[in-house]
Amino acid sequence: MLGFILKRLLIIIPMALLVVSVTWALIRIAPGSFYSNEKTLPPAIEANIKRKYGLDKPWYQQYFLMISNVVRGDFGDSLKYQGESVNDIIKRHLPYSATIGALAYLVALMVGLSAGIVASIRQNSGFDYGSMATAMLGLSVPNFVLGPILVLVFALGVYWLPPARWGGMTNLILPVLTLAAIYMAYIARLTRAGMLEVMRSDYIRTARAKGLSETSVLLRHGIRGGLIPVVSYTGPALAGLLAGTVVVEKVFAIPGLGNIFIQSVLNRDEPLTLGIVAFLSILIMVFNLIVDISYGILDPRIRYD
Amino acid sequence: MAEELRQIKGTSLWRDAWKRLLKNRLSVIGLILLVFMIIAVTIGPFIILKTTGFTADYVPSQVEEGGLVNSFPPSFQHPMGTDEAGRDLLARVLQGGRISLLVGIISTIVSLIVGVSYGAIAGYFGGRIDNIMMRIVDVFYAIPYILIVIVLLSVFGGPNAPDFITALSEKIGGAGNQGMSQIFLLFFALGLVSWLTMARVVRGQVLSLKNEEFVLAARASGVSTFGIIFRHLVPNVLGPVIVYATLTVPSVMLTEAFLSFLGLGVQAPYASWGSLAADGIKNISIFPWQLIFPSVTMALTLFSLNFLGDGLRDALDPQTRKF
Repeated sequence: MLGFILKRLLIIIPMALLVVSVTWALIRIAPGSFYSNEKTLPPAIEANIKRKYGLDKPWYQQYFLMISNVVRGDFGDSLKYQGESVNDIIKRHLPYSATIGALAYLVALMVGLSAGIVASIRQNSGFDYGSMATAMLGLSVPNFVLGPILVLVFALGVYWLPPARWGGMTNLILPVLTLAAIYMAYIARLTRAGMLEVMRSDYIRTARAKGLSETSVLLRHGIRGGLIPVVSYTGPALAGLLAGTVVVEKVFAIPGLGNIFIQSVLNRDEPLTLGIVAFLSILIMVFNLIVDISYGILDPRIRYD
Repeated sequence: MAEELRQIKGTSLWRDAWKRLLKNRLSVIGLILLVFMIIAVTIGPFIILKTTGFTADYVPSQVEEGGLVNSFPPSFQHPMGTDEAGRDLLARVLQGGRISLLVGIISTIVSLIVGVSYGAIAGYFGGRIDNIMMRIVDVFYAIPYILIVIVLLSVFGGPNAPDFITALSEKIGGAGNQGMSQIFLLFFALGLVSWLTMARVVRGQVLSLKNEEFVLAARASGVSTFGIIFRHLVPNVLGPVIVYATLTVPSVMLTEAFLSFLGLGVQAPYASWGSLAADGIKNISIFPWQLIFPSVTMALTLFSLNFLGDGLRDALDPQTRKF
């Protein structure tokens, strides 16, 4: 088990470097650069700037310089936000995105799991059909449509909640709901399907035959197995949360990392883009590893070698 | 004789699945809605042009240049109202539907071609080749694609499109303009993102099929490896492939809408449901119909695709788990 974790941790480093390299190559192959948007500079100044950022060297030297900086965790200064290091910018904007993302996944888990479990216990009941149809609706409405509609109703319609911006707890409700909706729907469907399958399996019959109460069969044996599809969905969900926060930050005017990322790409702010890409890929891969480890805890049949 | 037997068996399998699909009421509703939507976006713009004379780009003459408000609520003349510039929203939604569905379907076809060939080759050869090929898929799986797609679309967007994309779009799409090459870039980017799961599904199926007698018979009668894979194995894995493809279309369409919302997807002069909804959001509290009609149309389409995919999964391979 320890060997498995170590091996996977070691793979993360070259993979993150691969993602960074691909991103770097894409930025460099495309025509134009950060400076092409500005007015034309005098040649002497342009040469100075190029020398400062090492742009006068051949591309492979620039590549190795970039990789060696990335390995040391030093992404340099942002081109757009003069004098601010990429690491500082990430540190400043991450908390907003992380708060919204974590809360959204938590809400999605709580609502999705309970809806899915109840729907599976009362299969083919009104609640089952109702919640699954709602879930399908949740899967079909894009979050950039849901967000403005929620704002229209709850902020501009009945004035219960603030429409946008970062602030107190009430400012969090609408962004978190907007982001959580699609995961809520997916988790409810996964839980229901997983529970339906598990509750028909042999070990559940054994548990019932032992004379355990139905509650304890469900809570101690059923949920553990029924949760596995939900756990394996966590990986893709994280990648999706990332995209989702970009939308939510834009709709609700929240100064999170997602918006900074999009802006950095559009500005051709190469150090900032590379820094955020490296940071987020490592984050996602570490979470994927945690997901894989938690399989083993949930399902004793899974062994790692 | 053998050919005939296989033919009969083949149709009965599909007919069986069709019967099972028809029993699922929600899937049938999804199928009907979807067929209606495809017909509407195909011939709808022509009908509007014939009856009222509106097109997606036409600004009616009663809208004055520099007037205060050009966006009118739904009326008999404009069933979905008009947009900011006074253009008929129904015509735009139908035109946008063409692009949205096209992006969804073509990107899925790209992912089908790549994923099915990749998975079938890995599964059929097995052993070390399979091991290496699937390890590569594992590596790709861990990459947060959305980051790379965003970078790809924004640095190569608009005038910076790679030469082969521009050439391709001029060849197929006719008049070469930036909007069209952006759409082709989308096909490419979204297709490349969604082939991984398809490759895994196909590989697993081929792995279990390749030791069957019909493969042995084909090999004995001298069919080439290529022929065995694509003539004998691939048609036998069509069931799961169709199911998965039906579920890929809505997810690709959602991604396209997301990218269009960020301004990286479909760009003017073209519009998609995603970009129309994104335009509508700007004026949501004053002209809500600009958001409501494009997004409800898109949600309905995704809704029917999801239900149809669910029903197809139940009908075509009853053994897989229902998500």
